[in-house]
Amino acid sequence: MIERMLSLTVNGEARMLAGPTTVAMLLAGLGFDARKVAVERNEAIVPRSTYGETWLSPGDALEIVHFIGGG
Amino acid sequence: MDQRIEPAAADDDGWTVAGRRFRSRLIVGTGKYKDFEQTAAAIEASGAEIVTVAVRRVNLADPGAPMLQDYVDPKRVMYLPNTAGCHTAQEAVRTLRLAREAGGWNLVKLEVLGPPPTLYPDMAATVEAAAALIKDGFEVMVYCADDPVAAKRLEAMGCVAIMPLGAPIGSGLGIQNPAMLSMLIEQTEVPLLVDAGVGTASDAAIAMELGCDAVLLNSAIAMAKDPIRMARAMRLAVEAGREAFLAGRMARRMGADPSSPLTGLIRR
Repeated sequence: MIERMLSLTVNGEARMLAGPTTVAMLLAGLGFDARKVAVERNEAIVPRSTYGETWLSPGDALEIVHFIGGG
Repeated sequence: MDQRIEPAAADDDGWTVAGRRFRSRLIVGTGKYKDFEQTAAAIEASGAEIVTVAVRRVNLADPGAPMLQDYVDPKRVMYLPNTAGCHTAQEAVRTLRLAREAGGWNLVKLEVLGPPPTLYPDMAATVEAAAALIKDGFEVMVYCADDPVAAKRLEAMGCVAIMPLGAPIGSGLGIQNPAMLSMLIEQTEVPLLVDAGVGTASDAAIAMELGCDAVLLNSAIAMAKDPIRMARAMRLAVEAGREAFLAGRMARRMGADPSSPLTGLIRR
């Protein structure tokens, strides 16, 4: 059986995911609380309300950010 | 009974930015602290209702690391996301769109900086980024040079607060050009804040005495030997400066004027 691997970048790092993945699944897999981050996919905002239905595609470039201390 | 005198700001009705009303006239940054516990304690001591925050990539290698939000509750103090590190309008818009999604608000602090060692506001890039952000529905509080022409342009574009530097970011040099700051205050209809350069309490008081609506600072608290104590000093300085502004200072005169009457003196 051939595994459908999904190759994409997250915060500039190359990642391989096993099979179809939504943004919600990716965040859970990485260990992040979806309520505390924001996600950009190919330079477009992914609204938090759509994490569960946004399926990732090969080659996607994702940015996952949060708030940190700043002036 | 606690006979403590109420803080001077008791009869200050606060200030409004972009339709939001705030009682504290001190905005503090959340950077440069030893740890999140100290950050939270300093904010508490400062009385600030708004704190600036930066937007950065999460650390994929350490998803369990504590986050600012775990210590500083965005429901209790308002997060004002900044564009620190952005050098173009496009980067600023991308960053603040992410911030808007992370926090759900559109009030933001725009700063587009030139290179070290001055990190002076890049006004051409700032104007371009402000235009892009306003077009995208953001309410922009803008860090800028103490340049009355550029400040007027930013205000005319629709920026909701004008925030000139008192001195370079993180320098702690205080209000270096009070005359120009006074002129900026005079010409500006939206809130005018000093952002950057405050080094100690008297600097914040001077800014408020000149008539600023509020003061934004970070390093002066975070880099003090006792940040919590300096946070309290800043709260009191901003309140004192505001009260002095409202009271109206006495006229300066060249020469002495005795405080005690010269009549009724005993004579030999």
